[in-house]
Order: sequence, then C-alpha cells, then structure tokens
Amino acid sequence: MSALPRASELGLIACTVCGLVCRNVPGDPRLDGDGVGDDMACPRCGTTLRRRKPNSYVRTWALLIAAFILYIPANVLPIMRTASLNDVDDNTIISGVVELWRAGSPNLAVIVFTASIVVPVLKFLALGTLLVSSQRGSGWARVQRAKLYRLVELIGYWSMLDVFVVALLTALVRFSVLSLVEPLPGVIFFGLTVVLTMLASMSFDPRLIWDGKDTDD
Amino acid sequence: MGMSSPEALLICEHCDTVYRRRTLARGDVARCARCEAELERYHALSVNAMLALILTAMIVFVQANMWPIVTLGLSGQQSSTTLWGMILAMWREQAQVVSVLVAATLFFFPLLKMLLLGWLLWFARAGRRAPGFVRLMVILHYLGPWTMSEVFVLGALVAIVKAHTYFDVTPDPGIYAYAALTLLITVFAGVDLRQLWDDVPEETA
Repeated sequence: MSALPRASELGLIACTVCGLVCRNVPGDPRLDGDGVGDDMACPRCGTTLRRRKPNSYVRTWALLIAAFILYIPANVLPIMRTASLNDVDDNTIISGVVELWRAGSPNLAVIVFTASIVVPVLKFLALGTLLVSSQRGSGWARVQRAKLYRLVELIGYWSMLDVFVVALLTALVRFSVLSLVEPLPGVIFFGLTVVLTMLASMSFDPRLIWDGKDTDD
Repeated sequence: MGMSSPEALLICEHCDTVYRRRTLARGDVARCARCEAELERYHALSVNAMLALILTAMIVFVQANMWPIVTLGLSGQQSSTTLWGMILAMWREQAQVVSVLVAATLFFFPLLKMLLLGWLLWFARAGRRAPGFVRLMVILHYLGPWTMSEVFVLGALVAIVKAHTYFDVTPDPGIYAYAALTLLITVFAGVDLRQLWDDVPEETA
C-alpha cells in the first residue's frame, strides 16, 4: 500500500453526488465498478454508489464521436444570415471571427475564436487523449492529464458564446426590409455539439487516469 | 492501518485518494497530493451571507430578464430585446433547439438554482433541513454546469460590437443587471454547496 492510499484499496467508496465516504462495500475492490456494488445506495443522499462512473469509456467515446460528427456541419454550414436592402450575407463561425477582426475588434475576435474554435477542438483532442491513455493504463504524465481534464471541465461551457450571439442578434436586428438577421442551421449543430461535448466530459471518470499499472508515486 | 470513522475521511473525487479531514483556517485550500485537485476549502461565507447573496441575485435576475438588454437604431427606427425576446425569436425562426437551449441555460436553470438555494438556505439559517432537502440537494448537484449567465454577458458584448458597425447601439439597463449578476455568480463560484450536508443536522425531518 502506497503512502497515498486509494479508496478501492481501503474498501471505501465516495458518493459522487454528496461526497460521503462509505465503508465496507462488498465485492472485489480491484474491479472497475461496473455492476459491482450497484445495488448500494448512499445512506445520505440515496444516489447509487459506484466505484467509477458507469461505462465511462463507452459513454464518453459515444458522446465524443457524436459531438464530432455534429461539429462538421456546425463549421461548414452558415450559422447566421444578415440580409439588407441589396445584400445577403451568410456567416459561418470562422467567417464571423474574420469579420469581427476586420471590423476593428481583434481582441474580441480572439475571444470568439477561442470559445468557438479552440475550446471545442481542445475538448476533442483532450478527451480523446485521456480516453486512449487511460484505456491503455498508461502512467504517462498523470498529473498533467488530470489537470487537462479539469481544464476541459472548467472552460467547456464557454463555447456556447456564439449561440448566444446569434440569438441576440436575431432578436435585435429586425428592421423589416432594411436589415434582418436570421439563424441558419449551423448554429443548431453548434449548440448540440457544445451540449454533447459537455455530456462527454461529464461521462469521463478522471479516476480512471490513475487506475492503470501502478507506476506513479 | 487504524481506521477512523468514515466521517473523518475525505476522498479526492478526481483520483480516489483517501485523506484524513483537517480543520481548515481562513483562506486555506486543501489540495490532493496525488492529482493536485482541490479537496476542500475554508468556508468563508456563512449561511446568512450566502442567503443574502442569493436574494440579491434573485432581484438582479428579475431585472436582467425584465429590462431590455440593448437597443439598436437604424435610420430613425429602433429595435430592442429582452432575454425572452431572444428565446421567442429563435423559436419563430425555426431554431427551436437553440431556443430551448437558451431558455434552459439562461432562464430556467439559473432560476431553479436560485430558488432551490434560497429555500435550502432559509431553513439552514434556523439550523434545520428544508422539506425535500435530500432530493433538492441532489438536483442542485446536477444543475451545476448548466447555468450560463456569465457566458451570455460576453456574448452580448460580442453582439454589441458586431452590431456597432451597422447600427447605433445603446446599451439598456438589462445589460448592467446581467453584469451585476455575473459578479454575484463569481463571488458564489467559490462556494462548495456540499458543505450544507454537514452544516445542517439530519434530525428535524
């Protein structure tokens, strides 16, 4: 037993919802959690106690792949149409960033670029890396991987930024024939991408990072 | 090893490492020695202070939703909108999915969160568990990341700058209410709501 004992080694289990530490969980303490102790509820909040989030790998992969599939139309299709008297202009996410840059607000363009492009791409890469390395039981850069996961959790929902921008402009720019803004299908795909990546990062269990062959400490 | 009672223990939710709970002094943050995640921090806000913050946030939230956010002007015409104007506009424009997303993350979830917290804290003030305490605490846990008012403030700023190229833009009181709401959310962000499980005794129900 190492200097930093883990719950599974001590026959303990923490409730994921209320944090209560519960003892004497039957079953093999080395098991992943799926199906083991699933009939035990937390005495404090009633949540089913599990050593690990159920089917974490399968769920996270499924949600991540679904998010990635939707991310393609989210970028290819326009998210917003600006119509004026003699001009109809369809904007994609990236063309919106370019326009914001040209229109004289490079700082804001960088923020939108970060929220709409960097954060989703980072999430795909980060969660993909975490899944592959944890499934292999890799001991590589565990602390950094744990930090990467927490970063993904922290910044994930900021991607909704562009969705709110389109919604606000749609409601605001209503000058009949003079000027109109309409949402286009890309924004729907983008909103769904953000929700799915959030669900994916919630399904991933960061404890899996530390579950592989014990090469750390 | 000698087993202390489970209540005296703390398990890092990011890596499953078990710790003995320590008493924290003001400003202390306990970090996991294995994965460096935050385990626990000193509770700087009393139940009364939290309740005061929540009540303030409720008032500001009502204002943020009632008042127009911004007004655009184009050759004599004016156009303004509220949050609900946005939600309805997206519904009308065949983007119902987005409409529901906006309504949930900017209206229903934040509202529910504040109401639940207000209810739980009101009873916690008297040292009691509110009716439905356990179920409401579980709902509160799952609501966690789905409230996005602070993202909207940044979104409104971006929309204003984009609109500025073509229109006369006048910020309305709603945007200031949203800014104030974001401040309150930031103050509240450091609060670990799980402390309520320990703060309020189980007996009364």
